[in-house]
Amino acid sequence: MKEAILYLEDGTSFIGRTLGTPGETAGEVVFNTAMTGYQEILTDPSYAGQIVVMTYPLIGNYGVNAEDAESNGVHVKGFVVKEFCRRHSNFRADQSLIDYLDQHHIIAMEGIDTRKLTRHLRQRGAMKGLISTDDFNPESLAGKIARVPAMAGSDWVKEVTAKEKYVWPADASFGAPGYRVAALDCGIKFNILRILSRLGCEVHVFPARSTYEQIMAVQPAGLFLSNGPGDPAALDYVIKTVRQFIGTLPIFGICLGHQILGLALGGQTYKMKFGHHGANHPVQDMRDSRIGITSQNHGFCVDLETLPKDEVELMALNLNDRTVEGISHRKFPLYSVQHHPEAAPGPHDAQYLFREFIAMMKQHKNHSQP
Amino acid sequence: MPKRTNIKKILLLGSGPIVIGQACEFDYSGTQACKALKEEGFEIVLVNSNPATIMTDPDIADHTYIEPLTPEYVEKIICEERPDSILPTLGGQTALNIAMKLYENGVLAKYNVTMIGADYATIKKAEDREEFKKAVLRAGLEVPRSAFAHTMDEAWQAARDIGYPLIIRPSYTLGGTGGGITHTDEEFEAIASLGMESSMTHEVLIEESIEGWKEYELEVMRDSKDNVVIVCSIENLDPMGVHTGDSVTVAPAQTLTDREYQVMRDASLALIREIGVETGGSNIQFAVDPLNGRMVVIEMNPRVSRSSALASKATGFPIAKFAAKLAVGYSLDEIRNDITRETPASFEPAIDYCVVKAPRFTFEKFPEAKDILGVQMKSVGETMAIGRTFKEALQKALRGLEIGHVGLDNRQDYRDIPDEKILLRLKEPNASRIFYIKYALQKGMTVDQIAGVSRIDPWFIDHIAQILEMERELARVIETEKTLAEPLFRRAKEYGFSDAQLARMMGVPEMDIRRQRKEKGIIATFKQVDTCAAEFEAHTPYFYSTYEQEDESVIENRKADESSSRPRKKVVILGGGPNRIGQGIEFDYCCCHAAITLKDMGFETIMVNSNPETVSTDYDISDRLYFEPLTFEDVMNIIDVEKPDGVIVQYGGQTPLNLADKLSAAGVPIVGTSVESIDLAENRELFSRFISRLKIAQPANASANSAEEAARYAAQIGYPVLARPSYVLGGRAMRIVYDEESLLTFMSEAREVSPGKPVLIDKFVEDAIEVDVDAISDGTQTYVAGIMEHIENAGIHSGDSACVLPPHTISEELIAQIKRDTCRIAEGLQVVGLLNIQFAVKGSKIYVLEVNPRASRTVPFVSKATGVPCAKIAAQIMMGKRVKDFNLPVDLDLPHFSVKESVLPFSRFSGVDIVLGPEMKSTGEVMGIAMNFGEAFVKSQLCANQELPKTGRVFVSVKDEDKRAIVFLAKRLRDLQYTLVATQGTAKVLRSNGVVVDVVGKYAEGENTLLKMIKSDQIHLIINIPSGQASQSDLRKIRAAAILYNVPCITTLQGAWAAVNGMEDMLIRPFSVKSLQSYYRGMRLAGPVEAYQEG
Repeated sequence: MKEAILYLEDGTSFIGRTLGTPGETAGEVVFNTAMTGYQEILTDPSYAGQIVVMTYPLIGNYGVNAEDAESNGVHVKGFVVKEFCRRHSNFRADQSLIDYLDQHHIIAMEGIDTRKLTRHLRQRGAMKGLISTDDFNPESLAGKIARVPAMAGSDWVKEVTAKEKYVWPADASFGAPGYRVAALDCGIKFNILRILSRLGCEVHVFPARSTYEQIMAVQPAGLFLSNGPGDPAALDYVIKTVRQFIGTLPIFGICLGHQILGLALGGQTYKMKFGHHGANHPVQDMRDSRIGITSQNHGFCVDLETLPKDEVELMALNLNDRTVEGISHRKFPLYSVQHHPEAAPGPHDAQYLFREFIAMMKQHKNHSQP
Repeated sequence: MPKRTNIKKILLLGSGPIVIGQACEFDYSGTQACKALKEEGFEIVLVNSNPATIMTDPDIADHTYIEPLTPEYVEKIICEERPDSILPTLGGQTALNIAMKLYENGVLAKYNVTMIGADYATIKKAEDREEFKKAVLRAGLEVPRSAFAHTMDEAWQAARDIGYPLIIRPSYTLGGTGGGITHTDEEFEAIASLGMESSMTHEVLIEESIEGWKEYELEVMRDSKDNVVIVCSIENLDPMGVHTGDSVTVAPAQTLTDREYQVMRDASLALIREIGVETGGSNIQFAVDPLNGRMVVIEMNPRVSRSSALASKATGFPIAKFAAKLAVGYSLDEIRNDITRETPASFEPAIDYCVVKAPRFTFEKFPEAKDILGVQMKSVGETMAIGRTFKEALQKALRGLEIGHVGLDNRQDYRDIPDEKILLRLKEPNASRIFYIKYALQKGMTVDQIAGVSRIDPWFIDHIAQILEMERELARVIETEKTLAEPLFRRAKEYGFSDAQLARMMGVPEMDIRRQRKEKGIIATFKQVDTCAAEFEAHTPYFYSTYEQEDESVIENRKADESSSRPRKKVVILGGGPNRIGQGIEFDYCCCHAAITLKDMGFETIMVNSNPETVSTDYDISDRLYFEPLTFEDVMNIIDVEKPDGVIVQYGGQTPLNLADKLSAAGVPIVGTSVESIDLAENRELFSRFISRLKIAQPANASANSAEEAARYAAQIGYPVLARPSYVLGGRAMRIVYDEESLLTFMSEAREVSPGKPVLIDKFVEDAIEVDVDAISDGTQTYVAGIMEHIENAGIHSGDSACVLPPHTISEELIAQIKRDTCRIAEGLQVVGLLNIQFAVKGSKIYVLEVNPRASRTVPFVSKATGVPCAKIAAQIMMGKRVKDFNLPVDLDLPHFSVKESVLPFSRFSGVDIVLGPEMKSTGEVMGIAMNFGEAFVKSQLCANQELPKTGRVFVSVKDEDKRAIVFLAKRLRDLQYTLVATQGTAKVLRSNGVVVDVVGKYAEGENTLLKMIKSDQIHLIINIPSGQASQSDLRKIRAAAILYNVPCITTLQGAWAAVNGMEDMLIRPFSVKSLQSYYRGMRLAGPVEAYQEG
């Protein structure tokens, strides 16, 4: 056990301890209010560049297992909790969370007033932070933190996108032949692939820098834009590619993919104060007014006012702060959501959106093949 | 969807008296519902037989009926009030069952009353086990393998098909009455037949035992637009096999991965839709096999429940209030979250703390019953604790239980406990298992071994092991360094160790630890319960303590100071903690009244309580709510932060009163009656001298500090004596003692109950009428609020005896004298606030038995009977008003009679005799009101589920002293066309006086005829008056059978008199119903509530 400090950009600091890996790490500090699902959060590529604070105080209770990973690695820059569980208990557990974090060389901190930290971030906004087990000098820490790049304007996608294209096959249990989907990987979560696969899709996962031609070469029935980390506005190369698909293929985007689509449609995005990270936000589907409880993880948001009103309409709304949660096009077969219908972690209320994507591809195919 | 416009007048049913399995959580839900619906402009008709509830306050509903909760009475009320709808989902199982009956017998259709919240088909689907099982399967979920049986043949077939262990669950009962787990043919026969008897439909479910599986509960809400949210998940520490009301539980669920939790969430959504609960809250219980995660659905309540009260307090999400709004047409997104004010109710609370609920048992009241837990609920109350870790919350919960533990401490040396006993106590679920886990660890058992034996998840056991490790480290440091330094001291507090616990370890007074702790800057910090884990700003000040860096109550206080122009005076009201026999809802009622009235007066009110069932822990009641154990340490931490101008200790029962001395010594401003006066009333010697000075008669008495002293005094005073420990409530361990031997037995028990305090010995005044008086005093003027004549003679605890207001057999002169004595005592004691006195009237002589300078159990009853809100007036007087400031009537001439009857939990404790004595055993009370005594008494009996027969056979057996007196009663019964049977001795006396009576053998006399007659419904009323020490009598089995087969059973002569009186009345006129508001209008003083507000 080693003493550790979490030092924030605004000079506030918290003293705690780390149980495993010592050293130093920096990133944008965000809090997540989900009470379960720490393994999914740790492995979600969208958290690249961020230090995640869990508001639920007891973390690690059910250990870590092989099935619940959302990618092949751990992407958070650091992990902060009130108390790590010493002895986990769950029939699926393979190892303890502490061992797992250690194995992935993640600097993880416990023993701080995470509620105070959360309230601080809520009031002041998400900010850069640095965890250190070696350096406790405020001046030196302030110097280091100044050199950490800000989240706004940062391209974190390049760190997490697939190096090469790969294929996630359709689930054998799905009898009939399904659709071929091209997924533009900005940091895709496995559960998106699992769900598309269960719905019969063969998913061709493309690196973020893939071109329109490269993607069209596999003759996909639809384009999927994945979640991912960082500032969408910094991804001009992806936005450009996506723009070429508008009106040609059915498109479904999630989270960063939604923001990219918004930008491709001519809109703008803005940085939120502390974003949405959790599993309990009510989102209303404007088409039928139904409310679903959704999984959330984003720090940027699409500005509806900047989108052409005659083309784009609001499809989903966050009922907590009335921010945009989804858009659709009046003419073209495309839509995207800010929240995470694939859940993992979180409620499954919005999974119908995947089935709509399938339906959209079907309809588009029928139209284009008279 | 906005408010429904086709509804104007709503009938709301309460849950009746507090019984095991149905307590004040339904007052909380009902009160919330009434307030929410009234706010929307609906006219509310309320029926509840329990006068101690806030919901039956005349200003909560528009038409308040304190009447029996039976289909017949409710029908009559429907006929008079003509509501257009009935909301049956907020009054527990009682309300649900009545609504179902009224639907089935066509009453609802006849009067055009619509069921809102849940309709008949939905309730049927959730409640009927067969239909429920089908619905679960249709929803694609699993249930344990099972079969139904209506006959023993069917039952045996099912047992053979499924195989032991089997669980038996009777359909349509309260809290699992009559169920059980069986491992052998013998057990099976017994439990299955009993189960069929206790089922309303003579049906039991026989199912695969999933004993030992993990148990979870989800609280679900749905609106008419089919939006569904999960409010809270709960995981039980005790695995399947223990009733969830008796389990230690924790929120949120701890050991489920997100994937498993979401499967459970999906299942809950599917099920609430399949069952078709249109709007409102439901709870669904699941069992999970710890080896492979197989999940089965156990049951679902299509209504708010004990768990929803817990979930509401655990999250800040007011389920009942929202359920009421949903029932009248709103959708979740149209309702604002009160706490954030910004966000809608259509979300799922995120919590950033750990909640532990621990059940409160009272096995000490029923020494013959074993403290073994099973599927039938036995606990009488619960406490909830909030901490930032499970360890902290668990230790807070244990000290909040007030069972002599100040945390997870050792009450006995683990080395003295044999291994076999530890193994047995781990294996067989029982009331103190949590402590045995610690003893087992101390003895060297591993976490896995303990988990193996107890089947409690190792996650919980390891946390207990961590507490033990900390305790050992503390012991080591204390041993070597004699003191505790900052980091370890702070860690101990983070682990939930109380100052008292540390004081015991260090062998110093608690105050020393507190001083050292504060000197070291280790100070409790308060965090907000905000439904959203700090994601949004919270506006509702609902706090719990922990040891962290930031104190939000300090921040909130500062904000409040800055925003208001003039500082408001602050009052802290200390609640009563977990319900127990002797201290329950009546005290919570008083605390709520204090908060409501003082808030109206402009004070800032601060409530402290740890009982999640209550109305007082609704954050709407006071300006600030601290959900904390009622210990000196926890209260002082709040005082330190709030710096109140006054603290009220006389409303929460004995719990806060016991803190008064220490609080006062610490400089806390106690308002109302002074600590010295409280002491004067509690200290027997001082009190005795005080009464003598007033020249008021009292039974000869003494207080003894040792067994020898007690024996000497008792001999001087003369047996029988009434012996009791001091500073206890509910007559704990109180006995009428007839000889020295029993006195010495009593002495050893008394020392355990109230260690270090003297024992009180009073001459027992035999055959006297007991009178209870509640009064309000400002120290110079006193208002006698109510004089209650007990039905049973002195010697039966006032909490267990029935009483009538106004008195019906006491002369006006005596009443005048009782009033005079009351005023002199109140003023002599300088009482400021409430006061309760018990008198015994023998012939024309009046004795003072006891004076309690605090709120009494009868305050709500008196307030309801007279229309004078006593607790509110007394609270204002404590804050400086005078009695003369209120327009109080000099002589309250009541045209109606009110009878209070107690409700006893005997059916829960097999092997316990039902005879009443000086130790209180009842869990709750009911009230019957009518224009004459007879009808009021009949109603009170009916409310207490003792329906007096209109025709049929009465069994009579009385002790020798009462044989003469019974002759006249028997004659009257014969005149009223009842047939009589009696035991040999009683029959002989009756026959020689010309009464026609059959003779029946007692149980032991070979034939079993009486038992057979009871079983076959041939006896409709039992009058059985055993002699003083008759608990060994053969008739004990008869009384047990009476409980089992629900035959009304009267065990006192006075009770028999009242019953016969009532039966006569019942036969000559139809029953009547009348709302409290109408009774008050009928009184000579109009609009009592408003009139007494201020003079």
